[in-house]
Amino acid sequence: MVFISAVSIWLIPLIIGFILLYGTFKRIPTYEAFVEGGKEGIEISFSIIPYLVGMLVAVSVFRASGALDFFMDLLKPMFQAIHVPAEIVPLALIRPISGTASLGIMSDLISMHGADSLIGRLAATMQGSTDTTLYIITVYFGAVGIKRMGDAIKVGLLADFAAILSSIIIVTLLFG
Amino acid sequence: MIHIIWVALTLIGVVFAMFNGTMEEVNKAVFSGAKEGVTIAFGFISVLVFWLGLMNIAEKSGLLEKLGNLFKPLMRRIFPDVPPEHPAMGYMLSNLLANMFGLGNAATPLGIKAMEQLKKLNKNKDQASRSMITFLALNTTGLTLVPTTVISIRMTYGSHNPTDIVVPTLLSTFFATIAAIMIDRYFYYLRKRKGE
Repeated sequence: MVFISAVSIWLIPLIIGFILLYGTFKRIPTYEAFVEGGKEGIEISFSIIPYLVGMLVAVSVFRASGALDFFMDLLKPMFQAIHVPAEIVPLALIRPISGTASLGIMSDLISMHGADSLIGRLAATMQGSTDTTLYIITVYFGAVGIKRMGDAIKVGLLADFAAILSSIIIVTLLFG
Repeated sequence: MIHIIWVALTLIGVVFAMFNGTMEEVNKAVFSGAKEGVTIAFGFISVLVFWLGLMNIAEKSGLLEKLGNLFKPLMRRIFPDVPPEHPAMGYMLSNLLANMFGLGNAATPLGIKAMEQLKKLNKNKDQASRSMITFLALNTTGLTLVPTTVISIRMTYGSHNPTDIVVPTLLSTFFATIAAIMIDRYFYYLRKRKGE
């Protein structure tokens, strides 16, 4: 753990140093290049505001109304039928939709059942093995203005399903 | 499809609140959700300005291209539509590497740059290209070597060995990534058969 955290602390400053050194070595006007590239960051940040606001309002409304809880209760028996602990269902469902909400649910599960319990480990693995699809689509496609998304959402959500399934199988095999 | 998801989430929520007596919570959620969106976007400014600035140096100095060359055979197989020398390759690769090393805030700007390049390749159409969908699928499975946030939360809650989920997470994310690539290919061939 000490080694891992040391690596992640050193990594970013080293990358920055290396890029600057390489740019100087190649005789690039580093400072001007930095400013020029950075300007683009401002534009992108502002242009994704409407995408994020729209999507996050929808997700918040869905959650606050109690609809999310309702659908989770509906799906619980299905999960139990395949021997998945019912407690994990909310996390599995919210993981592709909201990153902050799933982080909250995961912390909740860990504090309730213990970090080293099966449910605690399953929650941690599930959280770590996939990313928030809806958020990624919103930010990436929003930033460059992709309107017709084709199969992107289908592919993303099915990939999430695969990640959730594999985390359940692997954790049950290793710790169950 | 995003239209349907967006409208459905909101409408189901509103209708639910009528029967559930949660109208007040929904009212609050509208504004807290909107505020969260702006907060995230503002948080992006510092991160995007810094990393896009730095990456411009990396691109101009040819460093990005060098990085792209490093994994050329693999990237070529995953993204057959992207010319191997195209800057999109370098950006996609550095985004995936940043994700792997848990540098989330560097990964997002790189991913956006990669998408920008892919859009240029697709003649600036507003439609998602094959490579964009593949790249997105790889990002949604979030291939990570060390899930730092999860480890720190487990530490907070007194785990005896907070890192013992690293191996299962790695295995799981690895299988999910393979699955994502296969699912993506499957849909690509479906589209091709339909002659789109």
